[in-house]
Amino acid sequence: MSKRIDVKNLDIYYSDFLAVKDVSVTIEPRSVTALIGPSGCGKSTFLRSLNRMHEVIPGARVEGEVIIDGENLYGKGIDPVMVRRKVGMVFQKPNPFPTMSIKENVLAGVKLNNKRIGRTDADELVETSLRGANLWNEVKDRLDKPGSSLSGGQQQRLCIARTIAVKPEVVLMDEPCSALDPISTLAVEDLIAELKENYTIVIVTHNMQQAARCSDRTGFFNIEGTGKPGQLVEFNDTQTIFNTPSEKATEDYISGRFG
Amino acid sequence: MSTTTAVDPTKTSSLRSGRRFGDAIFSALSHSAGIVILLVLIGVTFFLFWGAKDALVADGSEVRGGAGLIAYIGPLIFGTLLSSIIALLIAVPLSIGIALFISHYAPRRLASGLGYVVDLLAAVPSIIFGLWGMQIAGSAVPSFEFLNEYLGFIPLFSGTVTTTGRTMLMIGIVLAIMILPIMTAVNREVFLQTPRLHEEASLALGATRWEMIRQTVIPFGKSGVVSGAMLGLGRALGETMAVAIILSASGGGYSWELLSANTPGTIAGDIALNFPESFGVERSTLFVSGLALFVVTFLVNMFARWIISRRSEFSGAN
Ligand SMILES: Nc1ncnc2c1ncn2[C@@H]1O[C@H](COP(=O)(O)OP(=O)(O)OP(=O)(O)O)[C@@H](O)[C@H]1O
Ligand SMILES: [Mg+2]
Repeated sequence: MSKRIDVKNLDIYYSDFLAVKDVSVTIEPRSVTALIGPSGCGKSTFLRSLNRMHEVIPGARVEGEVIIDGENLYGKGIDPVMVRRKVGMVFQKPNPFPTMSIKENVLAGVKLNNKRIGRTDADELVETSLRGANLWNEVKDRLDKPGSSLSGGQQQRLCIARTIAVKPEVVLMDEPCSALDPISTLAVEDLIAELKENYTIVIVTHNMQQAARCSDRTGFFNIEGTGKPGQLVEFNDTQTIFNTPSEKATEDYISGRFG
Repeated sequence: MSTTTAVDPTKTSSLRSGRRFGDAIFSALSHSAGIVILLVLIGVTFFLFWGAKDALVADGSEVRGGAGLIAYIGPLIFGTLLSSIIALLIAVPLSIGIALFISHYAPRRLASGLGYVVDLLAAVPSIIFGLWGMQIAGSAVPSFEFLNEYLGFIPLFSGTVTTTGRTMLMIGIVLAIMILPIMTAVNREVFLQTPRLHEEASLALGATRWEMIRQTVIPFGKSGVVSGAMLGLGRALGETMAVAIILSASGGGYSWELLSANTPGTIAGDIALNFPESFGVERSTLFVSGLALFVVTFLVNMFARWIISRRSEFSGAN
């Protein structure tokens, strides 16, 4: 159920401002792709364009193609709602629904689009999703407590459980560990390694070790100066990027000699 | 170097500071503001009791109506609650709908224009809307007759339709129009406060716009909507002039028939109509009904707070 993503000549604009320029890349199924780069270079912008979440921002638009499973996400008649069911997203700040219990949070996406789910099926799905997110043992006795009663790291894993409960094909993560302590971070990284078996994963991170530890391929975004668009400078196997990058800018950035 | 932990009294510590005057003043101000509101409340209660004491101790035959306080005030409380509930039933869904349209559906330009208009309307004294409602009361009669004919099997719409249009339903509608702007303004404000994070979480799960609203905006805004409704209800309960003018004569007892001429008055309307030419125990009776209105408003508010607090750990606040 994981799918290849082909991005072709993608330009992303905020109104008239070109934020990301001419990205072409292929993301392999059942792999983890890390996106790194300095702040403001368009990593989040690019990531959000992969499930049309950037459309939530007024004035944001793209030119180019994002092809998943042979279908251009930006083609005519494509419904962004359906796109987002296929391509899930985990955000930088844990954002469980505060008005829902842990269980309701996991089922939040499943109950959308008029889908009904039986009681036993629901219980089963809650358990598998929470197990999938490495959270089951911590919360199995308090599934009816509010999602906001969990710690930050638990909340983030709850958000991951909620995302995988709708069985997407691709999971996008925008700095999912930046609000977490090292132990929760490791838990999420382990989780990413497991999720790779079933999903295509794209993760934005500021943490080089994290990119090196948990990704198969890495893309380096860079920006030439303020007001200039961000670009994908280099994209390759993680090993290659971290050991023998072909671009000077990449080498500078990962060795901390940046800016 | 010797380590000493003794405190050097001559040294002025950078950790100490003089009294912060801004803090002290602000704290005094907010404390006294809190006390003032309590004093006002106590004062009003005392004033009402003082005015009401004659009627409270008087014989049942001496009070207005001549049949005792309960017989006089009961129907008025009933009428007050009934008209306000009708008003809320109409105004709550309508104000939520308008507020959602402005906050989440309308294009941005239109939304800010509309929001501005609603804020303006909310500032217009409700009597203006009331006057307009009274103007159309007569022309509403055909629709009342329609309701009576086709929905007459519902007790609320049964009975004989009055030809004047001055009915309980009319009052409810006029009150609804009067409280609509303020409720819409409050709702729009709370809907706009929904954290972007939660809206995006919902959309990223594949929610349509309406599903996103149902999943995040409405639960988040719920307590605000209730507060807005209470604000509107307060206005509706206490609205005097509109009701007084529409129902110049009251005294219908406990009638559920919203369309008939046989309509209970409301406390506020009754006081406004009868206060000027009453005196002695008669006037004191009106104070008792004022006290009753005070208590009713209090109870309704406490009930609403209780509803909100029941699931407060699930509120958007944490
Ligand atoms: N909502 C928006 N409206 C207008 N411009 C935006 C918006 N969001 C981002 N931008 C601009 O787009 C560019 C890329 O931003 P983006 O958030 O994608 O960077 P990023 O690489 O994710 O940075 P960070 O590492 O700090 O998260 C920046 O110049 C930013 O100012
Ligand atoms: Mg970002």
